[in-house]
Parts: sequence; structure tokens; C-alpha cells
Amino acid sequence: MVSVMAPAAQRVEFDLEQQSVRELNEFLHGDLSGVQEVLVKNPDGAHSIAVGLNAPVRVDIGGHAGYYAAGMNKFATVVVHGNAGPGVAENMMSGRVEVTGFASGGAGASAHGGLLVIRGDAGLRCGISLKGGDIVVGGEVGSFSAFMAQAGRMVICGDAGDGLGDSLYEAVIYVRGKVRSLGADARFEPMGERDHAAVRELLAAAGLSHPASEFKRIASGRTLYHWNADAKQTY
Amino acid sequence: MATVPADAVPEPPSNLQLEESASFDSRIIHYIQRAAATGLYEIRGLGAKRHLPHFDDLVFLGASLSRYPLEGYREKCSSTTLLGTRFAKRPIKLDTPITIAGMSFGALSANVKEALGLAATELGTSTTTGDGGMTAEERQSSKTLVYQCLPSRYGFNPDDVRQADAIEVVIGQGAKPGGGGMLLGQKVSPRVAAMRTLPEGVDQRSACRHPDWTGPDDLAIKIKELREITDWKTPIYVKVGATRVFHDVKLSVHAGADVIVVDGMQGGTAATQWAFIEHVGIPTLAAVRQAVDALEDLNKKQEVQLIVSGGIRTGADVAKALALGADAVSVGQGVLVALGCNSPSFVQRGQHISAVADYHKLGTAPGYCHHCQSGRCPVGVTTQDPVLEQRLEPAVGARRVRNYLQTMTMELTMIARACGKQDVHHLEREDLAALTIEAAAMAGVPLAGTAWIPGQGANL
Repeated sequence: MVSVMAPAAQRVEFDLEQQSVRELNEFLHGDLSGVQEVLVKNPDGAHSIAVGLNAPVRVDIGGHAGYYAAGMNKFATVVVHGNAGPGVAENMMSGRVEVTGFASGGAGASAHGGLLVIRGDAGLRCGISLKGGDIVVGGEVGSFSAFMAQAGRMVICGDAGDGLGDSLYEAVIYVRGKVRSLGADARFEPMGERDHAAVRELLAAAGLSHPASEFKRIASGRTLYHWNADAKQTY
Repeated sequence: MATVPADAVPEPPSNLQLEESASFDSRIIHYIQRAAATGLYEIRGLGAKRHLPHFDDLVFLGASLSRYPLEGYREKCSSTTLLGTRFAKRPIKLDTPITIAGMSFGALSANVKEALGLAATELGTSTTTGDGGMTAEERQSSKTLVYQCLPSRYGFNPDDVRQADAIEVVIGQGAKPGGGGMLLGQKVSPRVAAMRTLPEGVDQRSACRHPDWTGPDDLAIKIKELREITDWKTPIYVKVGATRVFHDVKLSVHAGADVIVVDGMQGGTAATQWAFIEHVGIPTLAAVRQAVDALEDLNKKQEVQLIVSGGIRTGADVAKALALGADAVSVGQGVLVALGCNSPSFVQRGQHISAVADYHKLGTAPGYCHHCQSGRCPVGVTTQDPVLEQRLEPAVGARRVRNYLQTMTMELTMIARACGKQDVHHLEREDLAALTIEAAAMAGVPLAGTAWIPGQGANL
């Protein structure tokens, strides 16, 4: 990251053994001009680390994070150097959130924008209710992932569990491994050139290298968009 | 021999035997015919229509010799209401305990949302967003705006979280506890679709559970996240549809809510399955009592505020809810009716114009309409149609809603004074008597003329 205030740019450390999550978040919501990077030491699975960020700062969480790490993120880059609990990057608007380990349930839930990268596996309901964000998972995803995903893209490099893409709207899923089962209205579709380009772009952004040709596309069959009434009988 | 046309309806003979079945009455016959004709349950707007035990079944015991009333027009009676005093740095202070319930832009037009904001601001009360995010119009027009966090998370974003005066985590609503939001395709206009990230015209059937938490322990963590995002400034409400109210209120307290909103089965909706509206949930009257029991059981009555909604229509209803232990109420359908819902006419540039023909097109008439789901609201309240929505002029709607809320607040303070109270929040259960055994049992107040509260011993 290039800072226009390079001379004043500083690296700030927070030690969650000494300071509270509340102090950390209040600092991150304040005037961050000049702050280039924030290192969070001893996170020890605390919840709500670095939530509601609204500035292009980089936050490195040096260990495992609890629920909702980087929740509602906007502009910031947050890296969890470890595993993340449920709802990592939930409702993200923009920026980038990366988990070097595994992520629990609901990763990237309802994300409207930005990129979530999970290097390991993701648990149940990854990308549920996705609203325009991008998610790249290096490993597998659990069941019911991309449930009711409305917009955005998911790239899954490993396998997927049951009910993948149930009740999808316009979000698109790319899977490299096996899919145990598709959810209602989700269907495999042929990969077009735009799909290959999307997979290449997202893998490159995540720093992963698999051939795009190994991925399959899953999208909505759009059969659930309207009520299907056997209408107009009369008495 | 004269031929009779096949479709001729003969004159009815005078000696017909018309014994209607109580089980299969005309309403149920119509229900079955409709079901058989369409293969799909009925989806409609507003709330439960059938008779239910309600606030009408309670009366106040005004002061006389054993208690002094206050002079109705002279002595002060405060209606100031504080909400969110438990954890939030910035609690909400309102001039009246009557707030405007959560209703979405999508269900309602942008004009209506603006009108509600203007009226609430003038009366010193709050408005609430709905399942579709916050519009610029309502933020602009509302001094105090409650921002809902719903399972669908449509349009939910951190900027609006930060500019909200309170956040309401919606678990359920009285019209459909256990059900998700619904907006039929005819109301998913380009603007609504964009705000909700949905394809235009889709029949939106939203999730009934939140995407990133399950159960009360998770909710506690979710509430903390919202507090962290808002630096602990903003009050957090939790709204439940009334079912197992005693337990749900206790769990909400444990989860860290500042304010709990309990919505009874008379609560309205813009579009919900009929079977949900009429057959799921408990009446508001029973819900208030159970909610207050839960708060008292936890000794949190002074710390966590209770807002009651679902069929609050009059100042007397408000007074009764407060006397039973609520701190405030929310009004949805009453406000829609004030705007013009079910009125035979709408106002354009000062002139009343008949809407009756448009009610007929919906197969109904003024006073009976519940077709919010159709998007064809004849008076421009529950519509996204660019022509119909013009039928509600924001200034006209705002004046009507202001007058309605003002009337109710005056009735509330009048009743409080008559009961000898200098503050509407001093109304108490002891000021009430019940007219029916059902109401006495549900509300936990004695049947009028007796000391009998069914279920609490028989000391007649």
C-alpha cells in the first residue's frame, strides 16, 4: 500500500492481552491518517475484532479470531493469521479480508462487495445471502453454502457439501472439486469465456494457481423466481 | 315449449332452508374454493381479522374517592419516554411513547416513508425502517430513526448502521412468527430491486433466519458486534413475534438487548400467507403480560425497556399497554389507516378524488381492503406504482399521521390524569379491570367487579 503521507506512516500495535477489543475498534474508527498498518497481537479467539472499519488501513490479526472478524468491512484489508470463527467478513462492503487458516460457518455472509479469501476450508453456509461480494476458498466448503446468494461470485477450489447454491438468485459459483449435492434450483452450466476470465481473475487476486478449465459453473435455474400456481380454475 | 338459457338464474323459492354450517361456513367454503382454484395459499396484507381478546376487553378504574384525579387540562402529565438506557451511550428520548413501527420501503412508497418521518419528527417520536434498507428520504425526514437488521439483510450496510439512532434486530414479527419477509413481484420495482440486490419483478421470499447467527448465545455475540461497530453509542432493540414470549424476552435480555419489541398476532404485514396471519402467534394482550412477567422475573423492568405492538389503534390501547407494563408502543396499521388506507378517496392538490372504482378492481371496497400485497393500493400507500404512489402527497400524509399520533397522545395523558398520574409511565396494572374472563386471564388483571384473576387463585 502506498501512502501519500509516507513520512508519518506508522505501524501501530494492539495487544489484546493488555487492551480491550473495544479500545481497538474505537481506535480503528477514529482518525487513521498516517496509520498504515495495525498489528493485533494475542487475539486469542476474541469476537468482533476489527469490525466496522471504514478506511483503507491494513490490519494484521496475529492468531485465531472469534466471531465476526472484520464484520461489515469497508475499504480496509484485514488478514487473520490463523483460523476465523463464524461470520468472518459478514456484510463486507469493500476491501479485502483474508484468512490464512480455516473459517467457520457463515463466512462472508451477506457480503455486498470486496474480496474474502480463505486459504483453508470454510464451514457451513459459506457465502450465504451473498449480495455482490467475491469469495475464494482454497479448500472445501460445508453444506448449504451460497444459500440464497443474490449476487457476487464464489470460487471453491476443493469440494462442496450438500445443498450447494440452494435458492440462488444471480450469484455464480465456480467449483473445482466434487459437489455432494446441489440445492433447489441450482444447476451446472457450461463455462464460457467470461467464466474462465472470472476464475482466473479471482484466483490471481487470491494468489492461487489452478487452471480455470478445472472449474465448473453453478448458477440459478430461475425456476423459483415466481410462484408456480396452477391458477385460474373457477367456481 | 319455451327454452331456458343455460346460464339463467331462477328466482329463489320463498321456502328455502338455509342452515349454515358453523364448521363449513361461507368463509371456509370460499377458502376451499379459492384453494382449489389456484393451488396456492392466499397471500394478503394487514393483520389478523378475526375476533381476538384485546385491549378493548379492559377498562380503566378512574380515580374517585379512594384516589385523586389530576385536573385534565391544567396539571402536568409527562409523556417523555426514554429507550435504550441499559448499555447505549446515546439512549433515545421521545416526547411520546407512541412510535411508528417498522415498515419497508418496498411495502410502502418513498412518499409514505417521507410522510411518516415528517410526522414523527414533528411529534417527537421515532420511525423505523423495514425489510429493504434505509432510504435517503426517511433518514432526511426522521429526527429519530430506528434501523432494522433483518434475516434478509437487504440493503443493510455499515454507513446506515452508523447513521441510525437505534438498531432493531428483527427475530420475527407478529403477523408471521417463524416466517420470512415477502414482497410479490409487482412491487419489486427497479429502485426496490436495486436496494435489495434482487432481479426486478421477482417474487421475493426472504429467509426466516439470520445468515450469520443461530440461537440466543450467538445473538449475544451479534449484538456485541453491532455495539462495537457503533462504539457502544446506539441502542440495540430486539424484536420478536409473540409466541413463547416469556422465554423469548428472557433470552433477549440475556443476549444484551437494550429494548425488547414484542409484536402480537394482530400486527400487520405487507404480504404474508393467510394461515400465518390468522393462525400463528398469540394476541398482543397475552404477549404484553408475559413480556412484563419475564422482565420482572429477571428484575430488569427498570433497565430494559419494552415496546409493544400489534393492533394498537387508540390512545386507550396505548394507556392499557403502558398500564400492563410496556414502556412504549409501535403503531403500523393505525398509521396506514391515518394516511388513507381503506379511505374511499385520496387527496390531490386539496381535492378529494374517489378511489372506490379501484377498490372494486381489487374485488373489495373501502373499509374491507387488505390487498397491500397486490401493489395496487387505491390510495397510494402500499404501492410502488409510479402513478398510484402520487395519490399520497407527503405533506397531506404527514399532517394526518401527526394529528393521529397527537390525538392518541392526548387520550393517553387524559386517561393517566384521570387515574391520578403525573406521568403516563405511572399507569399500573392496578388501574385496570377486565370485561371478559379471557382478558382477565391473559392480562392478569381482575375480572371487573371481582378480585378474580383466572389462574391466580379464586379469591372471589
